[in-house]
Amino acid sequence: MTIAVLQFPGSNCDQDAFHLFSSGLRLPTRYLWHKETDLGGADLVVVPGGFSYGDYLRCGAIARFSPIMGAVREFAARGGRVLGICNGFQILCEAGLLPGALIRNASLEYRCQMCELRVEASTAAFNPSTLGAVIRLPVGHGEGNYRIDEGGLARIEANHQVLLRYAANPNGSISDIAGVRNEAGNVFGMMPHPDRAFERFHPSRDGLAVCRALLASSVPAVGKLSA
Amino acid sequence: MKVRVFVTPKKNVLDPQGAAVGHALEALGLLGLRATRVGKVIEIEVDASDTPEFRGQLDRLCKDLLSNPVIEDYRFELGAS
Repeated sequence: MTIAVLQFPGSNCDQDAFHLFSSGLRLPTRYLWHKETDLGGADLVVVPGGFSYGDYLRCGAIARFSPIMGAVREFAARGGRVLGICNGFQILCEAGLLPGALIRNASLEYRCQMCELRVEASTAAFNPSTLGAVIRLPVGHGEGNYRIDEGGLARIEANHQVLLRYAANPNGSISDIAGVRNEAGNVFGMMPHPDRAFERFHPSRDGLAVCRALLASSVPAVGKLSA
Repeated sequence: MKVRVFVTPKKNVLDPQGAAVGHALEALGLLGLRATRVGKVIEIEVDASDTPEFRGQLDRLCKDLLSNPVIEDYRFELGAS
């Protein structure tokens, strides 16, 4: 199991994500610059938080066209696991790898706070009995207001694609949605930061269990990407 | 040629910026306000001519990059620069 943490110009949670997987979960982890076109055999791709391309145009709109995203798209189509955190979630939505979109917080304020999150029964490994009914992860974002049309919302609810919901909604997200997965169950995105909740000195260490649950979520076998 | 692309939040999508600007307009005395939407204008100068192919290319660029069809609508105007 090897982890690749993508780096775009303006990523600023790449080191947090690196330490979450390398020190927190003790997995071989490396950075991958966005100009690369090959994932080098990674088993999980992490798209970290930050402000890729200065959030110009829309959050994630330009990063989506970085060279590495072609490989990520191909990897995801083959069942490879991808996790987007915060700006990474926005990038995956812009790329069409996850449903919906994220707009400005309803309050227009940047929200940086600890959040209680209700865990949804989404996969065999990611549900309230494996993680607990409520977990705590911090958020830090100005554009975390999840939007999807009525038909899309009905579809993701019917398919149990919602991973997490805010107990107290900080941003106006529809149906309190804080994180979703794709229909196939191998691409995950969330606004809350597991990468800010794993050290002993963090106010919560729930980020570790969240990542273990995502890593354990059963997906079709994926061949190592080498092309 | 000058291309002006107008990107606006979809009618049924919440527009927090538009709502905040609307409140400020009312605070400044605008009466009878019905709605305020905040979008963006992208101005492009390009050596091209107005052909169906060029308009088709613009459509693709608007859908792929300049707007997000999940939350935004777009339209464009072509004019002499």
